[in-house]
Amino acid sequence: MSTLSESFLTAGGLVLAGDPQLLNIVSLSLQVSLTAVFLASCIGLPIGAAVAVGRFPGRKPLTVILNGLMGLPPVVIGLLVYLLLSRAGPLGSFGLLFTPTAMVIAQVVLITPIVAALSRQIVADAWRDYEEQLRSLGASTPRAAFTLLVDTRFSLSTAVLAGLGRAVAEVGAVMIVGGNIDGVTRVMTTSIALETSKGDLPLALALGFILIAIVLLLNALAHAVREWAVRRYG
Amino acid sequence: MADALLTLDALRYDAGDRTLIRDVSLRLEAGRRTLILGPNGAGKSVLMRLMHGLIEPSAGRILWNGGSGRPAQAMVFQRPVMLRRSVLDNVIYALDLAGVPAAARRARALDVLERVGLTALADRPARVLSGGEQQRAALARAWALRPRVLFLDEPTASLDPGAAAEVERLIRVIADEGCSIVMVTHHLGQARRLADDIVFVDAGRITEHTPVAEFFASPRSAEAGLYLRGELSWT
Repeated sequence: MSTLSESFLTAGGLVLAGDPQLLNIVSLSLQVSLTAVFLASCIGLPIGAAVAVGRFPGRKPLTVILNGLMGLPPVVIGLLVYLLLSRAGPLGSFGLLFTPTAMVIAQVVLITPIVAALSRQIVADAWRDYEEQLRSLGASTPRAAFTLLVDTRFSLSTAVLAGLGRAVAEVGAVMIVGGNIDGVTRVMTTSIALETSKGDLPLALALGFILIAIVLLLNALAHAVREWAVRRYG
Repeated sequence: MADALLTLDALRYDAGDRTLIRDVSLRLEAGRRTLILGPNGAGKSVLMRLMHGLIEPSAGRILWNGGSGRPAQAMVFQRPVMLRRSVLDNVIYALDLAGVPAAARRARALDVLERVGLTALADRPARVLSGGEQQRAALARAWALRPRVLFLDEPTASLDPGAAAEVERLIRVIADEGCSIVMVTHHLGQARRLADDIVFVDAGRITEHTPVAEFFASPRSAEAGLYLRGELSWT
């Protein structure tokens, strides 16, 4: 039997048996990325709505910058957060480097622009339709921004899931600031990188399957939510 | 003479290097139903948005009641903009923005929905209603604010005849409560049925402001005469 098919079989076995090492890694991955997405949404959604609705100088350049930041290279974010958190860095005294908290921070930096830029686009599109009506009713700009966030909630779930997809799948940032320490900061992507270089393909493959399954599941979920919402709310 | 409800004084509106409204002066008296007619691109909708305060004039003055304050007002658009929430909550939202105390909103919203015949649909998501029902919901939302002036921008343009007739009936009821109506339409029959006065707009100017019977019998301006002949040849 070839290495590949053998690896596939072993990988399937690991998944089905619920291998504890595997479960640990998957659960840490989800904890880190879900926390990061939650925080990034708390920051990014209001920023997106404010830039979409607000009338302030520098709005256009800000939009361009926001869109540009969507493509931030994870390794560079990892490096910058590493420098901030390292012993000699400005936040070194907190001792956060090589902890899950450091990984959350790096991922928040990475995906906040994604959530903000996508939500800005969604809210700006809605604003075109709503602006006159909301102004006619006397909505202040902050109130209008909040109303639009509520009204586009189903479309915004796509922006949030795009952030989650990016967070759970990136390897560069968490590798640098987390250090891939077994049982502490080892997540799916860093394990895959490590196990592949060590030659332990079954574990790498098993993690790869799970990662892909999670990403597909999230997208299917987002799709279902939107379908349902359109039928229910128009 | 008493102060007019609304006085426009030498109003101008520029968009970029184009002047969409030029030197418009107008007096609207309270309690009248004024319909704005004119060809496409004449500036009817822009004029209405200036009156309602959605856009700021480039020059000139807008005076409400001789300058003693802007009365409660509302606007209904050609395409109703309903929020993704129930019909009832759409009306409650407007009352909230208007500063109506929370305790009073629900009863007032339900009352106005009953008057437009949407009680049975009050808890439905507003966006899944038909076009006619949504426009009635939009009228209810405007009506709930107890406006002294109601602006309507081609409110029946995308509706079938039955729904349009219902909207016209409601506009008449709202007017009979003492609310002044300012409405843009392309439909001459509708203008004849609803209007007390006609304001005719052409190329950013008001060419005449005439009682409805007189307007249709013998318009004062050449532009309106041409428009009527052109339109009537199609009906």
